[in-house]
Amino acid sequence: MSTVDTQRAYKQADYKSDIKPIWCPGCGDYHVLMSFTRAFAQLGLPPEQIAVISGIGCSSRIPAYTNCYGFHGVHGRSLALAAGLKVTRPDLTVVVASGDGDGYSIGGNHFLHACRRNVDMTYVVMDNHIYGMTKGQPSPTTEPEFDTALSPGGTKVRPFHPLVVALASGANFIARCFSGEPNETAAVLVEAIKHPGFSFVEILSPCVTFRPDEKAWKDLVHPAPVAATTDPGKAARRIMTDDGFNIGILYRGNRTPFQPAVGAINIDLSELEKDFEL
Amino acid sequence: MAASPSISIAIVGSGGAGALTTGNSLLEAACAAGWYGLLTRTLGPQIRGGEAAALLRLAVNPVEGLPDQFDLLIGIDWLNAHRFGSEIKAGPGTLVISDPRGGDQPPMVTQSGARVFEIPMKEMAKTIPDGRPNMIALGIAGRLLDLTIEQVFAPIEKLLADKGPAAIEASHAGIKIGFGAAAGADFGTPLASPNPSSARRWLLSGNEATALGAIRGGVRFAAAYPITPATEVLEWLAPSLAKVGGVLLQAEDELAAINMIIGSSFGGTPALTATSGPGLSLMIEALGLATSAEIPVVVVDVMRGGPSTGIPTKSEQADLNIAVYGLHGDAPHLVLAPQSVGDCMFTTQWATYLAETLQSPAIVLSDQFMGQTRAAIERPADVAFIGARTVATDIAGAYERYALAANGVSPMAIPGTRGGQYTADGLTHSQRGIPTSGAADHLAQLDKRRDKLDHFNYGDHWAAIEGAGELAVLTWGSLTSAAREAIARATKDGIDVRLVAPRLLLPTQPERLAKAFYGVKRILVIEQTHGGQFHRYLRAHYDLPAPVRVFNRPGPLPITAGEIYRAITEWR
Repeated sequence: MSTVDTQRAYKQADYKSDIKPIWCPGCGDYHVLMSFTRAFAQLGLPPEQIAVISGIGCSSRIPAYTNCYGFHGVHGRSLALAAGLKVTRPDLTVVVASGDGDGYSIGGNHFLHACRRNVDMTYVVMDNHIYGMTKGQPSPTTEPEFDTALSPGGTKVRPFHPLVVALASGANFIARCFSGEPNETAAVLVEAIKHPGFSFVEILSPCVTFRPDEKAWKDLVHPAPVAATTDPGKAARRIMTDDGFNIGILYRGNRTPFQPAVGAINIDLSELEKDFEL
Repeated sequence: MAASPSISIAIVGSGGAGALTTGNSLLEAACAAGWYGLLTRTLGPQIRGGEAAALLRLAVNPVEGLPDQFDLLIGIDWLNAHRFGSEIKAGPGTLVISDPRGGDQPPMVTQSGARVFEIPMKEMAKTIPDGRPNMIALGIAGRLLDLTIEQVFAPIEKLLADKGPAAIEASHAGIKIGFGAAAGADFGTPLASPNPSSARRWLLSGNEATALGAIRGGVRFAAAYPITPATEVLEWLAPSLAKVGGVLLQAEDELAAINMIIGSSFGGTPALTATSGPGLSLMIEALGLATSAEIPVVVVDVMRGGPSTGIPTKSEQADLNIAVYGLHGDAPHLVLAPQSVGDCMFTTQWATYLAETLQSPAIVLSDQFMGQTRAAIERPADVAFIGARTVATDIAGAYERYALAANGVSPMAIPGTRGGQYTADGLTHSQRGIPTSGAADHLAQLDKRRDKLDHFNYGDHWAAIEGAGELAVLTWGSLTSAAREAIARATKDGIDVRLVAPRLLLPTQPERLAKAFYGVKRILVIEQTHGGQFHRYLRAHYDLPAPVRVFNRPGPLPITAGEIYRAITEWR
């Protein structure tokens, strides 16, 4: 994370752009946007020092709704793009925004390797267990019996468990949030951004259009009963066995972030030719 | 006896026999002695247990192509040598060094009429502790070239420096035995003495030259996934980028590699990846993103035989279509092709400069032949092409990332610049960068991205244009060197031939080509594809104002100068 600008106090509004979101009324992602801007203001980060990187899907529209630098790239590749940015610009605060289709399906391989690589960035996945932008197809987190036009009678396929995968792959910070609790979510995002290395924050963010049943999530979520563990073994048991609505920071690792030394070194480039001279 | 300006040597062995070590050491010794030369390696698909051959050509002057026939063929063993039958041509003038215990001589030897001189390399090697037949072969070749034994020792001492004195002693002993054993062999026409010269010379591969050109052009970040035959670009870049404050990341796949370099470039650090056809296929979607979001990146494709996995260790020029036409939508971008080992450096440096200047992705189409050929070249002249991106600084008021600048290149705000915040996007966008599906914005930005490339003055580097004959040889890529050699031979016969070889394939330069064709009566197109991709590309974009003949052949066999010479002389 970049250094705090002490010269200036930032307000939440400083991080919000004048572009009107195209999300459906009632979409959980509105609250995620609110949590983003609240967290950035709490951290006091200059907006130009933050980069919000995304792929494709409803959630991935979020960069343009912030007043930060943004990249709305191709489907599923946001983590790779963000790694290239952060490794060469370690001074920036890099936040990656994704959804359950973008992040866990088409981008699944990059998720594994981003956790492994442990570059200092925060990965936020707005999980609504459905493809919203393409109008209601099953995602990797959709329940096996959930009926859709593309999967009549349900997929019959076991859902993906992103938190377990993140832990096994080496993520250094793991949390689960609920979009309907923007203050709590902002507080977790502040901790995620401050934590060194790759921080993974799964936000349950209901799709009221294609999953109206998810309106019930607000009654199902509950704060995690115990504080975050630093023990991956304990974290694994906890994440494997909870009800999926356990909200809060679940794991804080202590791996050293991946950051090679970069920055201009002024050597005469003819030095490099010596490899070839006869 | 008259001396020859160039001789060719093939060293053959089964996988692991060390034919390539022998070849590379011989090349280094000969180049250190003042000759020019090149080595291409030819391998079967297996890493070990297959077959390997080092194909060398040594010459008084710089040389970049293979011969039609080899003067010296050394078989360390012949176990799988029949697989090279179509690649290594011998004839009555060829001297073959054969081990009587090295297996049956292949038809390329027995049917050639070549003179065979038997030396029991395997048996000789057994007389030395840890002796290896390939060092005997090195001694034989060194002796036949009239190198001194110290000249032959030198590259081996360098190679084995880490292995200790015993390994070096074993090699010395082997080389000495080979030296003695070759004494009775009649090599025929010897290689002419090297010209005394003070020119600075380099010995490197095209892939290494590509990597050096990238750093010279300003590249400070690379991300890539290993792939034959591009990996040497990456293996040279990894330590070299670190020396200049840059870094190379090994990506989880090519999809990640291309997106990583887009991220780096978005942050202001010029970036490159290197791959081959299968990897380029995976990168195409993100290349469209870089086109739309106007992010400069350089993608080097070291072409190999295709489609699909194809022939990973052999050269072809059949990625032209995907490089030119592969992107969906109307997506103007840069495509360039180096023409020789040394030109890999220039063209990659130029590509980096153009990508940065024009805020566009650039594809550099190298190929396995020049990429993996090691050649002694004169040090290329320094050129001033260093990536110079137009960036937005001191931003006051509303910033428009995609403003319709007169030359189409709008100043790019780099993250960290106050007031320049924007979201780079693959969605059609307005001048401010806001997504839109409006017809006017779509058209305006399509025009902008086309015009910035079309209106740029690329200068004379766009093509190699040489000579003024009525017959023009129109070719590209590594075939340019073979064509140049063929034309030189035709010129000696009194036939004037013009060479036209575009280095810039996109955007096309129809006015410049028309000028290059002034007075041309016949056009001979030479390309290494099965489907005539270059010819079709020419027909689509250029006026070919004279009768055209096309000589196209797919890999894996290289198109030689001799074949081009015959194509020239047969069309009178």
